[in-house]
Amino acid sequence: MQLALFLIFGALAVAGAINLLLQRHPINSALSLVVVMMSLAVLYWSLGAEFLAAAQVIVYSGAIMVLFVFVIMLLNAGEEERTTGSRIAYIAGFPGAAAIFCLLSFVFLSERKAMGGTDLGGYLSHSVNNIAEISRLLFRDLLLPFEVTSILILVAILGAVVLARKEQ
Amino acid sequence: MSHLSQFQTFLLLSILKIAVVLVITLTAVAYTVLLERKVLGRMQNRWGPSRTGPFGLLQPLADGIKLFLKEDLLPLAAERPLFIIAPIIALACSLISISVVPFGAVQHVKGVDMFAVADLNIGLLVILGITSIGVYGIALSGWSSNNKFALLGSLRATSQMISYELALGLSLVGVVLRAQSLRLRDIVDSQAAHGALSWNVFGGFQFVAFFFYLMAAYAETNRSPFDLPEAESELVAGYHTEYSSMKFAMFFMAEYANMITVACVATLLFFGGPASPFGHLIPAFGGAIVQAVLPVLWFVAKVLAFLLLYIWVRGTLPRFRYDQLMSFGWKFLLPLAMLNIIVTSLVMALRG
Repeated sequence: MQLALFLIFGALAVAGAINLLLQRHPINSALSLVVVMMSLAVLYWSLGAEFLAAAQVIVYSGAIMVLFVFVIMLLNAGEEERTTGSRIAYIAGFPGAAAIFCLLSFVFLSERKAMGGTDLGGYLSHSVNNIAEISRLLFRDLLLPFEVTSILILVAILGAVVLARKEQ
Repeated sequence: MSHLSQFQTFLLLSILKIAVVLVITLTAVAYTVLLERKVLGRMQNRWGPSRTGPFGLLQPLADGIKLFLKEDLLPLAAERPLFIIAPIIALACSLISISVVPFGAVQHVKGVDMFAVADLNIGLLVILGITSIGVYGIALSGWSSNNKFALLGSLRATSQMISYELALGLSLVGVVLRAQSLRLRDIVDSQAAHGALSWNVFGGFQFVAFFFYLMAAYAETNRSPFDLPEAESELVAGYHTEYSSMKFAMFFMAEYANMITVACVATLLFFGGPASPFGHLIPAFGGAIVQAVLPVLWFVAKVLAFLLLYIWVRGTLPRFRYDQLMSFGWKFLLPLAMLNIIVTSLVMALRG
């Protein structure tokens, strides 16, 4: 059951990502990205991180991607033109991507002992409430970094407001 | 059912629960429409639908048949796949969120909780998440129709829903603080001690949050006085201008299913859910079956009261102007909801 969930939503995430690249209309690409994010949320949930899953859905697919879709709708972006792409991308890109994939899988497989494994979907059956754990970590042990990050985001918002304001 | 394994029993009972809840919700949606037309009619000194069946009770059925049999028009310039997917997204999202609502007391049959489709420990977050996905249905419908009125309506609806989602989420934090859990059953249990006196809206001193939730929820479901996306004097019919037949019916059903969900959440979070308002004052009477069904009846009565409130508000209040709507959401609801969180947590810290 858990393995089936992983296979279905893993495949869905990969298919959405490929579709994102292949689609010619930006709004279809944005919607495929939504599919990828929702499938990732299901994968997080099956690994026992239900708060992360909910945050992924609410923040990424519910807020950020809606903004993307909004901008695409307002700008009335048309279909993009197909080009053959640069030659450097073909020569360096495919071997580079393959090399990074091989390197990462080699590191993960060889250091499997050190990193430890997880039971796929094993957290679904017994309900552990990890929200209390997360909030204890965020609001007690790591309070200062958390608040500093919030202020950083606030500064970014203020910067955007200053940049977008009309000159008097 | 002794020869079935644990998993098979779970699967069969879950399918049964889903089917029953889906049928009841869809029937409730159809009859909410009738209720609204009847009550609005009475408020405006007329009868409302009264010809089809006794007291017009068969009107939803007749409407359903009419919508099924109408021609399904598809505009030539519409974006085809998105135009068809949009109403499906809207209806699916509004129906999925019912699945985490517990509508009765805990009642285990063969290890399966019978009065809730799914009992999740982040039930509240799931409802908020699905609501935020439901925005896509409306946004895409307006854009893919290739019609300026539909686009304007969907832009209004989307910006309104995104803005009021914040106030909606923040108004619920006080309740979560009191229950110390996001599980809807825990939130209900935290209000169960002394009947109506311990409900969040009375004993929990969350009535400010309750009114914020109510206002944000009316905006979130695009109901009057916040029904600007469908302002027929300005926008024809808003985002579903180009939709006809069953696709229009799906948007219609989604709106009313959202109303029911919002009423369910208000009942669970502020009015003790399926708990009786008399608490333990009335001794338990009847058999085990009566005691199992009674909470469901209380729940339905509370949800019905909220639906009537919806209709009453629609019959009473005029529509907001767009800039008023935005400044109301961002400058009034949002700061005061934050203030409510601070006061609630301060009081809880001082007491505990």
